[in-house]
Amino acid sequence: MRAQDLLLGIFQALLSIAAAPLLLGWVNQCRAWLQNRRGAGVLQPYRVLRKLMHKDAVIAHNASPLFRASPYVQFGAMCLAAAIIPVVSVTAPLAAAADVIALVGLFALARVAIALAGMDIGTAFGSLGARREMMVGFLSEPALLMVFFTASLICGSTLLPVIAGTLAGRAPILYPSLAFAGVAFTMVLLAENARIPIDNPATHLELTMIHEAMALEYSARHMALVEWTSALKLMNFMAIGLALFVPWGLTAATAGPGGLVVGIAATALKLAVAGAGLALIETASAKLRIFRAPEFLATAFLFAVLGLLVHQLLGS
Amino acid sequence: MPAPALTTQLLNLGAALLLLSSFAMLSQRRILSLVNLFALQGVLLTVSTAIVAYSSGATHLYASAALSLLLKVIALPWILHRLIARLDVRWDTETQLNIPTTMLIGIVVVVFAFALAQPIAQLSQAVTRSTLGIALAVVLLSFLMMITRRKAVAQVIGFLAMENGLFFAAISATYGMPMVVELGVGLDVLVGMLILGVFFFQIREQFDSLDLHNLERLRED
Repeated sequence: MRAQDLLLGIFQALLSIAAAPLLLGWVNQCRAWLQNRRGAGVLQPYRVLRKLMHKDAVIAHNASPLFRASPYVQFGAMCLAAAIIPVVSVTAPLAAAADVIALVGLFALARVAIALAGMDIGTAFGSLGARREMMVGFLSEPALLMVFFTASLICGSTLLPVIAGTLAGRAPILYPSLAFAGVAFTMVLLAENARIPIDNPATHLELTMIHEAMALEYSARHMALVEWTSALKLMNFMAIGLALFVPWGLTAATAGPGGLVVGIAATALKLAVAGAGLALIETASAKLRIFRAPEFLATAFLFAVLGLLVHQLLGS
Repeated sequence: MPAPALTTQLLNLGAALLLLSSFAMLSQRRILSLVNLFALQGVLLTVSTAIVAYSSGATHLYASAALSLLLKVIALPWILHRLIARLDVRWDTETQLNIPTTMLIGIVVVVFAFALAQPIAQLSQAVTRSTLGIALAVVLLSFLMMITRRKAVAQVIGFLAMENGLFFAAISATYGMPMVVELGVGLDVLVGMLILGVFFFQIREQFDSLDLHNLERLRED
């Protein structure tokens, strides 16, 4: 591995870590516009993070070290994931060591960390949120894996940069299987990131909340890390979706600084469109009852499996 | 790997969407949406038939496409809408099993259909041979829909969807049946639908509902 590749990879990971709150702010801003509100501006998540960083942390008496460690574990796992995913360039420093299955494992690690922290304090809300989170997680994970398998069957590799590079390098072909996988992936993205049909990130209603319930006991810098992690998770999922389904514009490993600028511009544009689309989905749909969530995710799984089967039969 | 021709790609996409519409019908709770999905499936069938006709040069398939447009997109959904309005079952909801279970059984059915179609498709020389498995899957999924539904209207829609699957199978295996057969089947379906429409009223007259479980307890009085 050349030193240049390593630098490029690290730059890419840092870029997605830094840009994650911006993406969240953009999605929130689009939602506000669609709801005829003015919104707080795209930089609001950064302001929230700065405010939280300056506060003193309060921790419950009966909290174990696990409660303190959990935000760092989550954030670390997400940063590692950001280093695996091709965001602006198909070169990723850790890509050769970790494929999409390892990526799913990293997401699972972050999820287990926050679920354990939610249960650690022993409040009713925390364990309630943890239980719901694990239910959503265990239903969405197979669907996510199936989506990845469909893409890797088409490209003959489970490494994300290779998949993205292969798809971007080919002449555009209509892949019915990838279309199915795309729909399934969108549904998984909504569920995993606690977006609207499953969870509402903007409310604190005890009947419905999932992610918020687990993070209720956190304050100050821990809270900031939890928030940043969820923003980064959204960023990572979006980047995976772009790499799998619209990989055009990613810079090749050999391109110089000029290519990098093109890659960053293309990714920013695609992320802006995808974020607006996400806001549109959230505005247009109503939140499902928690008991309907398995049905939603079973449908996602169905789409993913259908994609796989259609690929097997039609060869495309 | 060279990219297949655009018509083949479009046909594959059409076949995949047909399969998807079958699943959508399988998972639908409301009868009115079921009729709309049936009409959508008719549209997909028409478009696929037209694509096959274009790519294979078999001009009689254009007539088939026109026939299925008239019958399955316009006539049958219209009759069904009228029936549903007359019977006042527009927002009826019913399923035998819960939806996720039905979906999972549906996936198993699709795997079975694909495995069954693979050796048959090897024998065919047509460009459309790979879509035979999907046609078979549509037929079996419609079967499944008839089994899992309780009300008469939904079962009839399952029956009609099965005919869609058979039609698609004929197109993908041998570029369509002879025109006489096709016209005969089309007419049969239309007449069958009209007779079943009369049956609906009789069933409701007798039992005050369209639930076919009532038919299991028939006795001579």
